[in-house]
Amino acid sequence: AMDTDLSSQDRKDLDKFIKFFALKTVQVIVQARLGEKISTRSSSSPTGSDWFNLAIKDIPEVTHEAKKALAGQLPAVGRSMCVEISLKTSEGDSMELEIWCLEMNEKCDKEIKVSYTVYNRLSLLLKSLLAITRVTPAYRLSRKQGHEYVILYRIYFGEVQLSGLGEGFQTVRVGTVGTPVGTITLSCAYRINLAFMSTRQFERTPPIMGIIIDHFVDRPYPSSSPMHPCNYRAGEDNGAVYPSVEDSQEVCTTSFSTSPPSQCVFTVTKAHFQTPSPVVTDTLKVPVMGLAFSHQLSSSRLFYQPATLGAGSADMGYPVLFAGGLNAAHPHQLIGLGKEGGVPPIPSQPAHGTQADRERMYTPLDGVHYSAATPSSSEDTETVSNSSEGKCGSPHDLLETIFIRKVGAFVNKPINQVTVANLDIPFAMFASKNVDLEDNDPMVNPPDSPESESPLQGSLHSEGSSGSSTGNTHDDFVMIDFKPAFSKDDILPMDLGTFYREFQNPPQLSSLSIDIGAQSMAEDLDSLPEKLAVHEKNVKEFDAFVETLQ
Amino acid sequence: LPRRTRSRAPPGAAPAMNCRAEVLEVSVEGRQVEEAMLAVLHTVLLHRSTGKFHYKKEGTYSIGTVGTQDVDCDFIDFAYVRVSSEELDRALRKAVGEFKDALRSSGSDGMGQISLEFYQKKKSRWPFSDECIPWELWTIKVNVVNLANEQERQICREKVGEKLCEKIINIVEVMNRHEYLPKMPTQSEVDNVFDTSLKDVQPYLYKISYQITDSLGTSVTTTMRRLIKDTLAL
Repeated sequence: AMDTDLSSQDRKDLDKFIKFFALKTVQVIVQARLGEKISTRSSSSPTGSDWFNLAIKDIPEVTHEAKKALAGQLPAVGRSMCVEISLKTSEGDSMELEIWCLEMNEKCDKEIKVSYTVYNRLSLLLKSLLAITRVTPAYRLSRKQGHEYVILYRIYFGEVQLSGLGEGFQTVRVGTVGTPVGTITLSCAYRINLAFMSTRQFERTPPIMGIIIDHFVDRPYPSSSPMHPCNYRAGEDNGAVYPSVEDSQEVCTTSFSTSPPSQCVFTVTKAHFQTPSPVVTDTLKVPVMGLAFSHQLSSSRLFYQPATLGAGSADMGYPVLFAGGLNAAHPHQLIGLGKEGGVPPIPSQPAHGTQADRERMYTPLDGVHYSAATPSSSEDTETVSNSSEGKCGSPHDLLETIFIRKVGAFVNKPINQVTVANLDIPFAMFASKNVDLEDNDPMVNPPDSPESESPLQGSLHSEGSSGSSTGNTHDDFVMIDFKPAFSKDDILPMDLGTFYREFQNPPQLSSLSIDIGAQSMAEDLDSLPEKLAVHEKNVKEFDAFVETLQ
Repeated sequence: LPRRTRSRAPPGAAPAMNCRAEVLEVSVEGRQVEEAMLAVLHTVLLHRSTGKFHYKKEGTYSIGTVGTQDVDCDFIDFAYVRVSSEELDRALRKAVGEFKDALRSSGSDGMGQISLEFYQKKKSRWPFSDECIPWELWTIKVNVVNLANEQERQICREKVGEKLCEKIINIVEVMNRHEYLPKMPTQSEVDNVFDTSLKDVQPYLYKISYQITDSLGTSVTTTMRRLIKDTLAL
């Protein structure tokens, strides 16, 4: 039995408070991920439009998205409002970073005063949200977005889905507010393996949910309005719980530590950002600001020229793009999109074949970032590891093939970029080795590994290049470069890795060289008295100098 | 002696006599002291400030709007949100600056603590002066470290940034407990609860004090600073 029913006015007020609290929560979260410092003014005279007595701007698109997601409902038990923050690289790979959850549980506080206490506590909770949004790892990432990646948000309503955050995600509670109809809880679950950077060890597990971003560059284009840079994705069209097929949007590239054992990071190319190219797909609305990356793959991008590749490349019959195994329930979801995503399964083919042959096999993939082709002959959704069975002897190699050689993920664009113009193939850089400027670079041509480059890398590139509106898709092909961990991107063309390599063997000291050493000790000693005499003559000068030092 | 009467506290909350106390500890490099202290103090005051009250007839009041802004630290990989009030920022910077100077001149050890106390004023009859009854006390213990080289400094930047993130989470946890807060005052009482001297925001009455610990471990001085205008001072 209800003890004290909420008066209808109180009920109406409470519903309104909760609704606007939800909308303001979304605003705070999204604004905290725009990548810019937020500043609003205090006003001593109440304007009447500042909910919860806080000056929080309302970005219209964000409000629109939030309202769309809520669809007239309020957070209730089992119906949580979630704001998902994810990162999307220039190559089109994305990864979930955080899920902010506004939930309601059944614990009611009947005694509490709605119009006063609940309202003030909601205000306090929003302040806590302002504070907490600055201390999760995604904040710092979002402040540095623009060049290699952007931060996206998605609002959904329903059951909270944390599986995209990878293992070991952490939770922080922002706060709770008891109300007569339930207790409002606001919390954030966030991925922690953002910070692993390049020293992450390789694990023999399904593709890692990780991404390497080693240096951050200031955004090239100052935005006209502070709200703009946040790319956003539309929420569910049907408002239902996130369907699994959509996981393909969530896929992220695996990150690889390299072989040679030193951990290297590869930076995302900056090459693709010359021409902004807004791309709209079924499920993504992206007002791309200054970024040119594509969400669509066209068929011609997905093959390679096995004939021109090194011998090892024949082992991997197909480019394998990888996605981090996002959804634990569908570990192979991404690998074999042919089953569900509308991508035709890739039949096995011998390693040789003409370009045209390859082309026939693929159809454009709408709405997914990339397809994954299993190298094996079957059409099943197999993990890549299957393909490499028996092909590589050492565990190291096996590891490599599983992850398709990390060399690929992100590449640096050196000043002297290699362009393979007129070769309309995605892995053109593998095509003719003699074009490579860094033939001697073990990273590019590792002597011990058969397949020289990562098809992943190439395909990642191809996605990026295909997005550029110039159509000159491979002008921007870049060389893989060795970048030591944690090195900052230098303005100078010489980066730390190059510097290190060049100066690894410094020239010998001249004093150690034979010529000088030939001078006998006796000669040295003989010349000493002369030198002393000279110095003694100048002793006054020396004294004066010493005086100036004191 | 005047009889002490307990002020009526909301049900389930601690009586005003009992002051809730929270202690935070940080180890920072000398040049990080100010920013670290400001980050913590501003975060606490963000939660303990409201908009300006405007009393209307019949005992109702409206509340002004509190703006916020992001602050980036120069010596720490850290950012925090503070209330948009230059007056409040100036007051905090002044206190923190004094604390930092005291730390520096105290000797090589570099240990001290800065306290932020929220209190209520209780009027007493003449000739007794008003009582200040604290209801929440935040103490930040600071340990200043000296670093040898740039590499250590860089690590320190990041580590202190991470530590401050933890502190912010701790502060928010405490705030979320919804423990005792002074009840909203009538117009005549507002100055006993809030600092109404600022023009754009209204924090609860607070005072900041600090102590420096010398190398013997004893507190050397306690400097009390009244940062609010005490209009009722005799």
